[in-house]
Amino acid sequence: MLKIVMAVITRDLKLAMRRQADIVSALFFFIIVVSLFPLGVGPEPDLLRKLAPGVLWVAALLATMLSLPRLFADDHRDGTLEQLALAPYPLGLVVTGKVIAHWLVSGLPLALIAPVLGIQFDLSADALLVLTLAILLGTPALSGIGAIGAALTLGLRGGGVLLSLLVLPLYIPVLIFGAGAVDATVTGLGGEGHLSLLAALTFASIGFAPWASAAALKIALE
Amino acid sequence: MLEADNLECVRGERRLFAGLGFQLEAGELLYLQGKNGAGKTSLLRMLIGLLPPEAGEIRWRGKAIRQQSDEFRADLCYLGHLNAIKEELTPLENLLAAARLADETLSEDDAIDALEQVGLAGREDLACKYLSQGQKRRVALARLVKEKRPLWILDEPFVALDVAAVDWLAGIISGHLQRGGLAVMTTHQLVDIAAGRVRELRLS
Repeated sequence: MLKIVMAVITRDLKLAMRRQADIVSALFFFIIVVSLFPLGVGPEPDLLRKLAPGVLWVAALLATMLSLPRLFADDHRDGTLEQLALAPYPLGLVVTGKVIAHWLVSGLPLALIAPVLGIQFDLSADALLVLTLAILLGTPALSGIGAIGAALTLGLRGGGVLLSLLVLPLYIPVLIFGAGAVDATVTGLGGEGHLSLLAALTFASIGFAPWASAAALKIALE
Repeated sequence: MLEADNLECVRGERRLFAGLGFQLEAGELLYLQGKNGAGKTSLLRMLIGLLPPEAGEIRWRGKAIRQQSDEFRADLCYLGHLNAIKEELTPLENLLAAARLADETLSEDDAIDALEQVGLAGREDLACKYLSQGQKRRVALARLVKEKRPLWILDEPFVALDVAAVDWLAGIISGHLQRGGLAVMTTHQLVDIAAGRVRELRLS
């Protein structure tokens, strides 16, 4: 079982490495959107500290959205999705591999760059640490939930916009707890509760989302 | 070994076929023929389990494929219209990745040997996006060279191949049948394939 997940992850990572432009553009999108806010609202430390969690999280959601339409579309177009569906394992495991690979190339870089961007918002070291942890814990849920949307809109014309409309509302809990964790740290309440809830969301969506996506993919392949 | 019973296919509002059935034993080849739009590809997609039939049942080794989907797919090799190769990967990486995903063991030497047989010697390490259409098709077909799974389902395998390649592929398929494999294929051109028994099914 683990073998097929690993096989899918290594294949997808290899493909991502050959197409680095995709990873880099999503990352730069994140950096630029986040950096526009301090420039736009002016250098007021109090205001920036208040804005930081929300801005960073909304930008992370949007940056994740950028790469979602291609999660299954490329494989669908060249026929490899059929072959993946014909692998002698449940399709949910294959999708689990794809979700993990998607997180490694889209969510993980965001978490790594987030503390650097947080400095622009005058966040304290504690808050930066919690911010990184929150993005690290929350982005797998974004990849998982996004996979359901990507599978449901596979092969539709104008699927990209529909995908955003489907997925962004489902991202709201992650946004609330993710931004809440940083907020709570800034105000001195401690973000542990929020982080635990984020971890719970991530585990639930990594466990459940691949199977829901697999069901949607089977319909798309009919 | 492969049995189809009373299959019915409805696409959109149109019924493509109904009451279709056949039996295929080890070493036998089934040719599917019919006009464009007669439902050949739909029937193949039913046989591989991606398209549920409107009515009827498909059995593999006596058991419905819906009840043993993982075991059935472990015995199945499908080659569709699309090549199912990744443009960014090299032919060698494509073959190895396909084998890993299908849970087969394929050594690098075997893969290189397979690519040589399809005439891609020296291009193993060139990304597939630099290959021509015919060469990409050959990369897809190279999967069949070392394929050990008993049931082959091939959708128009001879399309876009030159005469020598058609002969080569016919040889590969008859070798598979002589080892006791089964093959179902659609084709518009009749190719001589040495098989224990060739059945034909015409969809209209």
